[in-house]
Amino acid sequence: MPEIRLQNLRKDYGAVTVIENLNLEMAEGEFTVLVGPSGCGKSTTLRMIAGLESVTGGEILIGDRDVSRLEPKERDLAMVFQDYALYPHMNVAKNMSFALRLARMNKADIEKRVKDVAATLDLTAYLDRKPAELSGGQRQRVAMGRALVRDAGTFLFDEPLSNLDAKLRGQMRAELALMSQRIKKNMIYVTHDQVEAMTLGDKIVVMKFGEIMQAGTPEELYRSPANKFVAGFIGSPTMNFLDAELREEGGVLSATGDGFSIPLPEARKAQLQAHRDRQVHLGIRPSSFSEGSGGIAMPIILSEYIGAQSVLISEIGRQRVAIEVNTVVPIKSGETREFTVQGDEVHLFDPKTEAAL
Amino acid sequence: MSVARAARLTPYMFLAPAALVLAVALFYPICYMIYASFLDWNPSQRIGEAEFVGLRNYIKLFGDPNFRESLWVTLKFAGIVVTLEMFIGVGLALLLDRNIRGMSVLRTLFILPMMIAPIVVGLMWRYMYHPTVGIFNKTLTNLGFDTIPWLSDGNWAFASVIIADVWQWTPFIFILSLAALQSLPSSAIEASKIDGATGWQQIIYIKLPLMLPVLIVTLLLRLIDSFKVLEVILVMTNGGPGLSTEILSLRINRTASEFRELGEAAAMSNLLLIVLLILTFAMFIYNKAQDARAARLRAVEEEA
Repeated sequence: MPEIRLQNLRKDYGAVTVIENLNLEMAEGEFTVLVGPSGCGKSTTLRMIAGLESVTGGEILIGDRDVSRLEPKERDLAMVFQDYALYPHMNVAKNMSFALRLARMNKADIEKRVKDVAATLDLTAYLDRKPAELSGGQRQRVAMGRALVRDAGTFLFDEPLSNLDAKLRGQMRAELALMSQRIKKNMIYVTHDQVEAMTLGDKIVVMKFGEIMQAGTPEELYRSPANKFVAGFIGSPTMNFLDAELREEGGVLSATGDGFSIPLPEARKAQLQAHRDRQVHLGIRPSSFSEGSGGIAMPIILSEYIGAQSVLISEIGRQRVAIEVNTVVPIKSGETREFTVQGDEVHLFDPKTEAAL
Repeated sequence: MSVARAARLTPYMFLAPAALVLAVALFYPICYMIYASFLDWNPSQRIGEAEFVGLRNYIKLFGDPNFRESLWVTLKFAGIVVTLEMFIGVGLALLLDRNIRGMSVLRTLFILPMMIAPIVVGLMWRYMYHPTVGIFNKTLTNLGFDTIPWLSDGNWAFASVIIADVWQWTPFIFILSLAALQSLPSSAIEASKIDGATGWQQIIYIKLPLMLPVLIVTLLLRLIDSFKVLEVILVMTNGGPGLSTEILSLRINRTASEFRELGEAAAMSNLLLIVLLILTFAMFIYNKAQDARAARLRAVEEEA
């Protein structure tokens, strides 16, 4: 289970450059999630690692071995596809054992491995069925099983849960998390769903337009996003962004805008001096609002009661914001309530570069 | 007539014209031919004047070594051409299933032979096979080899008509196989690459099994067609030399026009028809089985 390194990776399709210069290191046994909106190059990156897509430039190193020009089968990896990619004409046992049969492993060993993996995935009863005779969730597990019997060094997942319904996706996500704890292998997982990324990843790599916006642990990405894109992408409900200006009054630096003024902590003052009296983008997570008197008076336009929490849609000045609060009794739409925001919980971004300040 | 009754009859009224055309164009000739096969009938007689001889024509056919030879030639011809065409056609499709520049032009070129009228194909090949001025023998002579009796030796003539038929009909299999190949799920093929399959193993374990339904239907279609081939061989060899290339449809043609035995020709046609019906029926059964399987799978899926 070696570490994986992508160095100056580049991919062109004809005259179009999808990925220009990608550098990424994945530690041994790490669960890395590539996440981003569609078209950000995450699947292309995964497919280049798999060897299904040629590499235009740069290297893919697994351990000390440069695999970027090798055939997929020479790279010691297993992959789970979005549409499962099961072999329709083979039953579950044959699907799972295909790679082992190609590798001419002896029959008794193959049978044992298939049985063991099938047992862990609850597939024992279905070994004789063809993929078409299985439900979506079962097919998904067969695809997983096919990767697991290989005992490869690296596992690749290309949006494996996106074809399942919401409930099943939640279940499979938990199973995947358990599986990755049990077998410590390199796992690279592509998804557009930030919840999957947050719950599964040891490390999350947020991508946009073929570039890495930020790579780090889920906590790092949530607590200190490197830029506005990552801040908006990670976390649910999405972070609110407001136009504001940094002003200093009576020795206190605050972010002030239409209808609000939030004092910033003393500790950040020195670092933000250069931006005084300038425009910034202010980011506030919906959960950073807390109800309390003396705060910003906000009209509740819409209240989405989910149970323990409610998401309130409101306005500050003319800018729409979402607020997440713990509720026992639903809050009615049409009310006006006061909310405070702590200065150390707001994020500031440069309006031009969108980088965090 | 009540409204309900009229409503019930409406579909049949719409079907009636087609049914009428079918009856006149299909059932009438078939019945006519079946009836004719029980007659000792000379073209100079009207059908009413012919003598009814029961199954004599059929009995005579089975005792006739020339007919048996002709049947054997037909089976041999169909078996060999279809086998060759399947191998070459599917092989070409596997080879050309990729994004090559100018592929669409290439594909059109490949299917050209199929679009030429059979008589023209026959003439073309006859000229090419010509013992002295034909391109093949001229080339052989120029290269210093002996000439080949393409159409004048029994074995060579049989090979020659096979070559012509393979040339004309391989594209049919090629084009259907290519369509089948290109509709295969690409991710299953990618999965097999990751699982470690070489190019050959992908073909043998994944592509061919997944193409099988299309290949079987293609095979049956070609088999049915190859039993009916007439014009190309008629123009090239007219069944000769001897009986070496006399396939059934040619023999039927000769029996009717040369030997003036209409009853016998009809009996032969009926036998050929039965062979074709069996093949068509096999195809029908195969399609039914496929449909039933698909329906069962759908049912399982809905349940799940």
